[in-house]
Amino acid sequence: METEAEGNGFAIHPMDQFVVRPLFSDGPVHWYTVTNVTLWLALAVLCVAALMIFGTRRRALVPTRSQSVAELAYGMVRNMVEEVTGPEGVKYFPYVMTLFLFILFANLLGLIPASFTTTSHVAVTATLALLVFFSVTIIGFVRKGPGFLKMFWVEAAPLPVRPVLAVIELISYFVRPVSHSIRLAGNLMAGHAVIKVFAGFATMAVLSPVAIGAVTLIYGLETLVAVVQAYVFTILTCVYLRDAVADNHH
Amino acid sequence: MNELAMMGQYIGAGLAAIGCGAAGIGVGHIAGNFLSGALRNPSAAAGQMANLFVGIAFAEALGIFAFLIALLLMFAV
Repeated sequence: METEAEGNGFAIHPMDQFVVRPLFSDGPVHWYTVTNVTLWLALAVLCVAALMIFGTRRRALVPTRSQSVAELAYGMVRNMVEEVTGPEGVKYFPYVMTLFLFILFANLLGLIPASFTTTSHVAVTATLALLVFFSVTIIGFVRKGPGFLKMFWVEAAPLPVRPVLAVIELISYFVRPVSHSIRLAGNLMAGHAVIKVFAGFATMAVLSPVAIGAVTLIYGLETLVAVVQAYVFTILTCVYLRDAVADNHH
Repeated sequence: MNELAMMGQYIGAGLAAIGCGAAGIGVGHIAGNFLSGALRNPSAAAGQMANLFVGIAFAEALGIFAFLIALLLMFAV
């Protein structure tokens, strides 16, 4: 990476911020090594726990600030699960809520300058997406038995088209975890790389006012993206859960 | 030979970036149609926000895939 950075002429290499480094040593990274990813994942978990613990400790009738934030998040995700997945899906609301808050805080912590964006790594988001994929598949088979496979047999379509549609539906079902994870990781990585590209222009005296303005604007956009992508990941989880939970009427 | 391969890499990355623009067209299409529908019937708009975001997410994902290919060509190959 170092030699490449010199070769490309970047003052700040845009991809340098995504390098996984061990926290306490310079040795190689094993699966048990404590790295910057571990640190920021743990911080995200701590933030979620702090919000929910401090938000619900008093349970006042007139909510404090932290309580109203916690209530707002709870109500939003709860409404989303009820609307998108249906009343049957409320059983899985805790899982969806956990996903939403974890991704939201991981995204927002990544916006702190010099921090590490854990959700920009496909390894992190793929774990989350595969968990969703496997839980949806298992829940579907447990609730409906072999009837879950009817999802691939589109009864609204004319009979000769159905086998073709079944193949397409099957492929799209297995592509879900890929697009689900790469959407989140790609969005975060793209935004942070663009910020660093403009930050690199700031070293050139002529361009620096433009660069600083651009970084400020994109930072605002990235804050929006961080929230929207957490929302999108959660709502897609709800959409996928609907296949496993809802009746086959639609 | 090495320089030729590098040239191909950079041209390929630039070509892949076209996909990002195409995703922009898709996202704009969805948002524009949502807005025109919402202005006709504002009372129904709030209930369709979830669909709007899902549609935008699906359209944007393909742009992100194109961007990913560009990044892979630039930094990983």
